[in-house]
Amino acid sequence: MTQHLRAAILSVILLTLLTGCFFPLALFGLGRVFFHDRAEGSLVTRGGVVAGSRWIGQSFTQPQYFHPRPSAAGTGYDGTSSGGTNLGPLNKKLIDDVRQLADEYRRNNGLAPDAVVPVDAVTRSGSGLDPHISPLNAALQVPRVARARGLSEDIVRRLLADCTEGWQWGFLGNPRVAVLDLNLALDGLR
Amino acid sequence: MVCANYRMRWLEYLIFIAIVVGMAEPVGSYLVRVFEGQRTFLDFALLPVESLLHHWLGVRSRHEMSARRYTQCFLLFSAAGTVGLFALLLAQRWLPGGPADRYLTTPMTWDLAANTAISFSTTTTWQAYGGETTLRYLTQLVGLVSQNFLAGAAGLALGIAFIRGFARERSPTIGNFWVDLIRALLWVLLPVALVGSVALIWQGVPLNMAPFTDVHTLEGGAQTIAQGPVAALEFIKNLGTNGGGFFNANGAHPYENPTPLANFLGLLAIVVLPASLTITFGKMTGRPRAGWLLLAVMAVLFAGGLALCDWAEAAVPPQLAGLHIAGGNMEGKEVRFGIGDSVLAAVVTSNGATGSYNSMHGSYQPVGVMVPLVNMLLGEVIFGGLGTGLASMVMTALVAVFLGGLMIGRTPEYLGKKIAAAETRLAVLYALLTPKVILLLTGLALATNAGRAGLVTNTGAHGFTEVLFAYASSMANNGQTMAGLNANSVFYNVTTAIAMLAGRFGLAALAMALAGRFANQRRWPTTVGTLPSDSVMFGILVLGTILLVGALSFLPALALGPLAEALQH
Repeated sequence: MTQHLRAAILSVILLTLLTGCFFPLALFGLGRVFFHDRAEGSLVTRGGVVAGSRWIGQSFTQPQYFHPRPSAAGTGYDGTSSGGTNLGPLNKKLIDDVRQLADEYRRNNGLAPDAVVPVDAVTRSGSGLDPHISPLNAALQVPRVARARGLSEDIVRRLLADCTEGWQWGFLGNPRVAVLDLNLALDGLR
Repeated sequence: MVCANYRMRWLEYLIFIAIVVGMAEPVGSYLVRVFEGQRTFLDFALLPVESLLHHWLGVRSRHEMSARRYTQCFLLFSAAGTVGLFALLLAQRWLPGGPADRYLTTPMTWDLAANTAISFSTTTTWQAYGGETTLRYLTQLVGLVSQNFLAGAAGLALGIAFIRGFARERSPTIGNFWVDLIRALLWVLLPVALVGSVALIWQGVPLNMAPFTDVHTLEGGAQTIAQGPVAALEFIKNLGTNGGGFFNANGAHPYENPTPLANFLGLLAIVVLPASLTITFGKMTGRPRAGWLLLAVMAVLFAGGLALCDWAEAAVPPQLAGLHIAGGNMEGKEVRFGIGDSVLAAVVTSNGATGSYNSMHGSYQPVGVMVPLVNMLLGEVIFGGLGTGLASMVMTALVAVFLGGLMIGRTPEYLGKKIAAAETRLAVLYALLTPKVILLLTGLALATNAGRAGLVTNTGAHGFTEVLFAYASSMANNGQTMAGLNANSVFYNVTTAIAMLAGRFGLAALAMALAGRFANQRRWPTTVGTLPSDSVMFGILVLGTILLVGALSFLPALALGPLAEALQH
């Protein structure tokens, strides 16, 4: 039995070294050589400063930008505190929130009071850092963005099409628009 | 549009199932070769490492163990891992490196450290903490990444030893734990994890030790983005059927799961090994059709849960009807995953005893969340945890054999092994332990102020479901949560740890006791009186037994939780 206890303690130490030290080190090497930028978090820089990460949603409230989904991470898009609302489907707070968010969305985008709103625009993601919105959500924001920038809707729509992704490999996931990419492209027009 | 989405979702589901079934035969055969010590294509690199490890550990590879001794070694190894991780967690405040102290807002108390240590050494990896607000990078790497490997490998070793119980006759031994453990690590988990992790970095999962990034947003605001060695944890957490995320939001966090492809690979990593073990079981026992039959039963239950959950989540939430909202239930779900990837992940992770959810189950519709809940309550028989899932499935099949034997008046036997009084007792105890632990602890939580204090977000039927979900998840060594429950309190840290220990070691001891008895038995020849163990009829019998035992145990509890909530609207 003591022989096995010795083996147990020794094996935890040795195998921890193997899997908790050597394995990550090997991976660090491979990541650094082949995918350096991605390993660093796919950061996007503009004018020499870090303007965000490709994968991490950020807050946009001004009319000339496309707006992301509402967020429950911290006070909204807090990259140090990911999470959702965890409100149950019958929770009154959830239903009130959705109603209020839908009204705001219609007001911001000049939609009729009974206009149909895409669900991703009025619900909060699981991470609170969702970098994407649905193509339908983006399309409804085009007139507002175009007006605020004094651009024709066609130009904005063309940029939107460039930043829209379909199903990955033709069958995986869900069509989506990367909000930060799109807003960077809009700013790049000037 | 809706119709097209429906077709696309099912296309992905069906491709997923096809890949899992397609890989079962080659992967199952590979596992046979690895654990029977036959030649594999990795031998040239791994045999020297193996003999070095054997030498250092004092393992005599030809020296086999009885089932009892094998289980003792499994327990000792898990205990050593738990104690080591517990010490590391308590010592983490003195560890160098990121994240900066001001971001670590959740204190590492003794109960949280104990809960987390037990949780990782039992492959539960339940998160009572939020990764980026609690843990240092070095804790995640040295403590958690390693336990993901070690506990996963120990489970796989146990599953293989369990299979040997059926494969052998008149044998007092069922293998050497240390040999199986090291083979599971070197030949299976490490190489697959290395390739898988690199694929995840390619898809955008970060791997750095950098401080949190300060961002100047386009609108001139400030944002801080948590960083870390995410990719080192991300693949093995799925492959070892552990699931504890690097970040609080787990697989929903875009750094953990940036693309649908990364998500798909992670879900395959969860299911492929446990599914292939059915084929390993069939091959090692010399009854390949019996293995395929178990896989078929799993696949049917898997697809049924998928269809139900998809139906519940894709519909416009009934409580939002009248608000002019278009689309399914996207509260707590990510746009890149939509309904399809979210539902697929919910069903895969709940079946695969892996806590790596990519959407918030606490915001699912009542019927939607009932699917993962029931998957866990059934006792991880559908694919299940690495190694342990197969044991659960076979134990349930034994109950089915016993029931079938009673119905037609034949001596129950499975794969040539007679199921007498002692074996039946072990199988029934195995089936009873799960409901007993879950229901008693749920009752305790609801009857005490300390337990009810956890219901900080939701109350009523949904709150009840959250508590039931927590213990079901702990007992199934799953680890996913309905995060509306605040589980970081002494009460929940202690009680969920009890459920995790019972779910890992209580069940393992029963399964191994049975495997030891079977290994000692001779193999009885098949006669006309034998209930065939590879017919469609037997498959239906196993399926019926799983559902019947589950319904008898949990229908009252489900009626108080998700069913009541579904009727409220």
